[in-house]
Amino acid sequence: MDFSLSEEQKLLKDSVNRFLEENYSIDLRKSMIDDRQTMSGPVWEGLAKLGLLGIPFPEKYGGFGGGGIETMLVMEAIGEHLVIEPYLSTVIIAGGLVNIGGADWQKQIILPGIVDGSMLLSFAHMEADSRFSLSDVRTTAKPDGGNWVLEGQKSMVLHGPVAEKLIVSARTEGDADDEQGVTLFIVECDDENLGGHEYPLFDGTRALDVQFNGVKVGPESVIGQLGKGMTLIEEAVDFALAAVCAEAVGVMNRTHQMTLEYLKTREQFGVPIARFQALQHRAVDMFIKVEQARSMAILASGSLEFDDPLERRRSLIAAKEYIGRVGREIGQEAIQLHGGMGMTQEMAVGHYFKRLEAIDLMFGDSAHQRARFAKLSDTAAPTEYVQPRKKWKQI
Amino acid sequence: MQIQFTDEDRKFQTDVRDFISKGLPKDVARKVLEHKSIEKKDIGRWHSALFKQGWVAPSWPVSLGGCHWTALQQHIFDEISSLLGAPRLSPFGINMIGPVLIEFGSDFQKDRFLPKILSGEEWWCQGYSEPGSGSDLASLRTQAELRGDIYIVNGQKTWTTQAQLADMMFCLVRTGREGKKQNGISMMLIDMHQPGVEVRPITTIDGGSEEINEVWLEDVKVPVENLVGEEGRGWTIAKFLLSHERTNTAGVGASKRELSRLKQIAAQERLGGRPLIEDPLFRDKISKVEIDLMALEWTVLRVAAVEAEGKAPGPEASILKLRGTEIQQELTRLQMEAVGPNALPYLPMSIEDNWIGPKVGPDYAAALASRYFNYRKVSIYGGTNEIQRNIISKRVLGL
Ligand SMILES: Cc1cc2nc3c(=O)[nH]c(=O)nc-3n(C[C@H](O)[C@H](O)[C@H](O)COP(=O)(O)OP(=O)(O)OC[C@H]3O[C@@H](n4cnc5c(N)ncnc54)[C@H](O)[C@@H]3O)c2cc1C
Repeated sequence: MDFSLSEEQKLLKDSVNRFLEENYSIDLRKSMIDDRQTMSGPVWEGLAKLGLLGIPFPEKYGGFGGGGIETMLVMEAIGEHLVIEPYLSTVIIAGGLVNIGGADWQKQIILPGIVDGSMLLSFAHMEADSRFSLSDVRTTAKPDGGNWVLEGQKSMVLHGPVAEKLIVSARTEGDADDEQGVTLFIVECDDENLGGHEYPLFDGTRALDVQFNGVKVGPESVIGQLGKGMTLIEEAVDFALAAVCAEAVGVMNRTHQMTLEYLKTREQFGVPIARFQALQHRAVDMFIKVEQARSMAILASGSLEFDDPLERRRSLIAAKEYIGRVGREIGQEAIQLHGGMGMTQEMAVGHYFKRLEAIDLMFGDSAHQRARFAKLSDTAAPTEYVQPRKKWKQI
Repeated sequence: MQIQFTDEDRKFQTDVRDFISKGLPKDVARKVLEHKSIEKKDIGRWHSALFKQGWVAPSWPVSLGGCHWTALQQHIFDEISSLLGAPRLSPFGINMIGPVLIEFGSDFQKDRFLPKILSGEEWWCQGYSEPGSGSDLASLRTQAELRGDIYIVNGQKTWTTQAQLADMMFCLVRTGREGKKQNGISMMLIDMHQPGVEVRPITTIDGGSEEINEVWLEDVKVPVENLVGEEGRGWTIAKFLLSHERTNTAGVGASKRELSRLKQIAAQERLGGRPLIEDPLFRDKISKVEIDLMALEWTVLRVAAVEAEGKAPGPEASILKLRGTEIQQELTRLQMEAVGPNALPYLPMSIEDNWIGPKVGPDYAAALASRYFNYRKVSIYGGTNEIQRNIISKRVLGL
């Protein structure tokens, strides 16, 4: 085993961090949130120039041809700098769906657009009552001549307000919750039968709720095979799980660093509060969680290349569970150790905390992941241990 | 980055598994897996099997009879042997004083002591703690005075694990009173079978087990050739030990074994007519500890991979003992929770393997409360978890 980065990976990590160090700040994020924006043109352009928007895509579509580890490095940096740009929505999820499920000609149209920064897409999948279930899809697509007509509703489309196209999951067969019968469609956001409204999430990300009032799309808008959308969705969500785990590690690490800095500079009772052992131990526990979260994020990204699909799924679920759980704990502790300052919108630490909470709620929170994990985990109890219960009279 | 086992690693795993399935006595493995009491002779039989195979000392150089395995190989061995029910060898010789003598010992000491550690002929114990010196070890007062070529040692050690089984003790004593208190400490090797050494057992809260002792030293004679390194270097040597072999302090293998034991027990216990393991609340607790263990395991692997490259482990290494012990404790607690009121009956004799007398409740419940109480120790010995946090705070976080 080897957990070190290759020279190329080190360069990638340095370049993304350097770019964000120079071009992204918490003040930019805060002013974007105040202005109800969800991305910044120059930053997105800069990411495109560095080739970062093409990390997971094959070179023949203008991509970088990277794997899980390369994505991890970029996402971690995005987390460190609390970048609010639509990287997850456009590159990882929507781009991921096209990349794994799209026909060659679809990829040729869409992927280079993502890579050069000109095309933004979001994935419209979740519905009002689906909670964390991936297969609870009620939006329908009915055949109409050679075309499809979409009816229904989608919720919380991340970065939807800036998207040009949506990738929409809709039922072409079966009932809500059936694994089969879900198909993916590309829908233009300017379609006149597409209604909706946009709003902020608590971490500042902007999202979209949309209604499909008979949105008509052609056969060329179908991604992958009819009715087989769930396989693509699950695979894309696997990538997304690994990506948000990496992002969360960046967020946690910076949260912890900021807290250490604060402990060393804030003085009370005539000394830096870092001198109080009660706080030192809490800072140590935060550190322990960050390091183990890092191990889990590495496992998550590395597991994308595991041959055994069960082992891969199990690793991803465990990683997301752990990261959601300790992310919350780290965030809460960071606020507490900052005292009153931690409560202010002005300090960065609160924004980091909110991002950790938001990540937990994406693709299933830690309680949900634990329940999934339990189902996948072996419960086998070798029979040789089964003992009859003896009832003896008395001792 | 390459986070999967290589073909070479897999071959090693197979070799280890093959050897253990032949070399580990079946009855001993069963005792470990079923929480029966383990005796010195059980450990001795496993030790002999390893000795024949040349696998007693994973980290020692080959020239001294060790395996010189990489940290990753040591981890693999630890995991597989623990899962298959191998009892833990006494660590004081192989993992503690052995590496110290290899690093600091004289030729005489290496020749005299290392072979008998390897063969299992001599057992060791660790005489550091004293009644007045626990976490603040450097305040220790056991006194050694040089008379001719013999030190005369007086004082008292306590909490000494396996002193009742040991032939030798490596001991920290005070040889100087000037300057910093750390500078007056020396390490010496004391023969336990001599007049003036008195071992008095201490009963622990789990009741049955005999593992720790007071060791009283009255005019005990230690020849100068049993001084390790020089006078006054004892503290440095003790610190070397602390930094040595960190990956196996996590106990990942043993915790995996206990996790699967927990699942076995929960599959047999019933709640509302269904197996307890199907209860979502209990299942959630199992999943949590299982995922915590995965997070620890992958941190261990990161540390092992760094050590295998011959580099000093990063800050992540410092958390292994802390998290490892917390998880071990949680597993013993959950096993006890799993059997509910059947944890209450306290019959230490019934965990003897050959016990044919009366029992209460299922066999698998018999040892659980004792184990739970006994495992409170793991966050106390080897530097308490509070002291571990102090160290990380200072050395790693710079607070
Ligand atoms: C089962 C068992 C086996 C052992 N085996 C051996 C052995 O073989 N050889 C040997 O030499 N020793 C052995 N020990 C001793 C062990 O190393 C000590 O118990 C340990 O170092 C703690 O010392 P103490 O018991 O004096 O506790 P104390 O040092 O008195 O600590 C009491 C409490 O105060 C806390 N505390 C102390 N100082 C600080 C501080 N600076 N900051 C924050 N909290 C602090 C501790 O964490 C603990 O919670 C064993 C102990 C046990 C329980």
